[in-house]
Amino acid sequence: MTDQTAGTAPAGLSPDEARRADAAHTGPMLAADGTPLKKSLARALRRQKLRALALIAPLLIFVLVTFVVPIGDMLLRSVQNGIVADTLPETVETLSDWDHDGTALPGDDVWTAFYIDMWFAVERKEHTRLGTRLNYELTGMSSMFRKTGRQVDRFDTDVYGEQFVALDPSWGQPQSWAAMLDGPAADALPLTARTWERWKDFNAEEGDKVLEEDIPDFLFTALYHDLTHGAEVEGVSDRLSAAKAAAAEFEPVDLSAQFADADEDLGNIDVWKTLQLYSPRVTSGYFANSVDMQLTPDGIEARPENQQIYGILFKRTLFMSLVITGSCILLAYPVAWLLSNLPMRTANLLMILVLLPFWTSLLVRTSAWKVMLQQQGVINDVLVWLGLVADDARLTMINNQFGTIVAMTHILLPFMILPMYSVMSTIPPSYLRAAKSLGATNWTAFWRVYFPQSVPGIGAGSILVFILAIGYYITPEIVGGNTGTFISNRIAYHISSSLNWGLAAALGTILLAVVLVLYWAYDKIVGIDNVKLG
Amino acid sequence: MKTTASVLALAAVAFTGVAASAQDMANEMTIVSWGGAYQKSQLKAYVEPYVAAHPEVKVVWDESSAEAVAKLRAMNEANNITWDLVDVEAADAIRLCDEGLAKEIDFDGELAAGDDGSSATDDFGESIVSDCFIPQIVFSTTVGYRTDLVGDTPPSDICAIFDLEKYPGKRSLNKRPLANVEWALLCDGVAKEDIYEVLATPEGQDQALAKLGTIKDQVVWWTAGADTPQLLADGEVVMGSTYNGRLFSAIAEQNQPIGMLWDAQMLDFDGWIVPEGLDAPRLARVMDFLKFATDSQRLADQAKWISYGPARASSASLVSTHADLGIEMAPHMPTDPANAKNVFVTQYEFWADYRDDIDAKFQAWLAQ
Repeated sequence: MTDQTAGTAPAGLSPDEARRADAAHTGPMLAADGTPLKKSLARALRRQKLRALALIAPLLIFVLVTFVVPIGDMLLRSVQNGIVADTLPETVETLSDWDHDGTALPGDDVWTAFYIDMWFAVERKEHTRLGTRLNYELTGMSSMFRKTGRQVDRFDTDVYGEQFVALDPSWGQPQSWAAMLDGPAADALPLTARTWERWKDFNAEEGDKVLEEDIPDFLFTALYHDLTHGAEVEGVSDRLSAAKAAAAEFEPVDLSAQFADADEDLGNIDVWKTLQLYSPRVTSGYFANSVDMQLTPDGIEARPENQQIYGILFKRTLFMSLVITGSCILLAYPVAWLLSNLPMRTANLLMILVLLPFWTSLLVRTSAWKVMLQQQGVINDVLVWLGLVADDARLTMINNQFGTIVAMTHILLPFMILPMYSVMSTIPPSYLRAAKSLGATNWTAFWRVYFPQSVPGIGAGSILVFILAIGYYITPEIVGGNTGTFISNRIAYHISSSLNWGLAAALGTILLAVVLVLYWAYDKIVGIDNVKLG
Repeated sequence: MKTTASVLALAAVAFTGVAASAQDMANEMTIVSWGGAYQKSQLKAYVEPYVAAHPEVKVVWDESSAEAVAKLRAMNEANNITWDLVDVEAADAIRLCDEGLAKEIDFDGELAAGDDGSSATDDFGESIVSDCFIPQIVFSTTVGYRTDLVGDTPPSDICAIFDLEKYPGKRSLNKRPLANVEWALLCDGVAKEDIYEVLATPEGQDQALAKLGTIKDQVVWWTAGADTPQLLADGEVVMGSTYNGRLFSAIAEQNQPIGMLWDAQMLDFDGWIVPEGLDAPRLARVMDFLKFATDSQRLADQAKWISYGPARASSASLVSTHADLGIEMAPHMPTDPANAKNVFVTQYEFWADYRDDIDAKFQAWLAQ
């Protein structure tokens, strides 16, 4: 094309100048159909990209929907803590002003807010769920919420309603409340107005009409609270002014005493500190727990020593995964070498032996190790029969770290052999022969010529085995005893048994981060280009 | 014109079909249980007779009871409840009820009255530990031992677990604190009635762990009920705790050289919950089945296949003989007066509060 343009260019110009001159004269170069070449090229490329994207789209969507989204959702749970603010909105609001350093329990406004919140929570059966959540942080919260929930609609707060109605029967009519809180009174009575809105929403949820329901005790309690806490009702309505004047003389109900009757734990200042501490919608509490720390009003502190477990488990998981990877390398290298150097027929037979464990259930393989390694098991029996071990001093080889390492090495071995084999089978045997013919000893030829070429296989196998090992669950659960369990066993416990999903998510996030950091370090040290699967 | 008419007719048929099935009961029911011998006893005692009477019903089993709470929570979040009836332990039922994942039951209105005329509430009595929980059986965690490995004086009380001098060798215990800490305190000299008071204090928890510490290096910790019978059969342990039905099966059905203790057995309940949020036809079917499956005779029948005690008082007198072996089952029930001389009843309220705390300490103690 350059030649063509050069041909039509005026004489005396270099081809390059000619082309520029040509472009200036005739505009951009055109494709056969008349569109500019650049555009047409871009369109063709875009179409190609789209086609490629369409081809991988099923996989991409599958991975997104079944993998990325759920895992992302799970990881987010490690900081989510909306349950407190959703269940007890008024309490959280009023509690934010409370000084947790003092020794005094929260004041009237918190008790009133807590009473109203609890009423709604009990009706929606949310209070026990909140109790379970807070029990992770403070023992006893679970039963406290359950007991309080049973009592909350039996409080003596009905005296407020009676006194308001005695003052003016219209207080018993929902219509009068609706009319009042539609007008300027809503600003004067903030708590009452908010509670009225919640009461309306609640009735709508239940399919009831708010104007046909009796005014509940907690609304009168809210009204009493507003009126006795400086509500400015001057000029709003005569009825309110009269009520405010009268409310000062009303017989009050001590809500803190009512709650203390329901459960004495509510008189414990730690309960309120915990509630205040876990009020925010986002918490670092789960992450603190997962590194053996705890959130306190004074900041993050270490847990008592007899409750520290996750540090031990993380370290143990890393250490054992490294040992397992190491023993896999040692065992797999000679096998992979044999596989790639034996005649095809024998190598294939050997390959089937390597693959055989893959076709056996994981549980069967792990249980088989139990039979082999236990004290009355095959290996101990043989040792006793040979006289190497006394009958009353049989070796303990299972339900500890040793058993876990043995069983997991066996289970993960094929993941090491296969990448090693596929790399080694590409190393031409003539290299070794050449090295030897140039005077190298067997060892030098192996170490200087063969081994460096097999490193990418070791790298690939190690990454595979290590990452599989670090998240392993079933084998340590069955043969791990108490010194061979991994962090994943604890994660599983929190997912399925204690239901502390937030903590499980935090532990999982940390594990994921550790793996990514190790991967990065591996890339820096060995180089990810040095990893080959074949 | 003809087409319009037939379309209309078709729509009418479809409509009445929908309306009819909305009133009817669903014909498929997914029941979640534990698998193994226990699920078989439920199949024989409840499901087969029910299906014989209602041949249109198809029952699907799911052996997921061990993860039932977590799975139900996940189903609830996904708004897709695929289970109709779930068999869980009482402690899990309480949690499911707390989380709003299980339906509250009106015992007298929705369940059959006892054969002796007592109301369902009275008949179930103390076993109603939650508003959502319909108890089926009483089971217990208790201790079995190898008769050939304990010498001439087989153990007779629970403290044999901690007696390494008289009964040397390994023992298997549950990898959870429940039962272990109670037994530890009892054998450390704490009076039985004070145990939960002591266990509520950090000092008491340390005391229990210290007592367990005296045998820690001789303990194999189990996570599945089948572990201890297997370990006993292999001679791996001298004694170990497990569920009484597992021991009965090893002793009576498999003739293993195993004996068992009833002393200080930890009684617990197992039963049904109905997931919250089932649609009307499915709910109607489940409640119909439940009314049948939890009546006095059906609960008594279950004891023909497994040695767990029926949760209804009126069923006790109806318990007969083992279906295959023909032996009287009453003496093998944890609730039999001869066996129930010294029992713990699981304190659900206590464990709901203290489980997280004590378990954290227990697991840290195990790992250290």
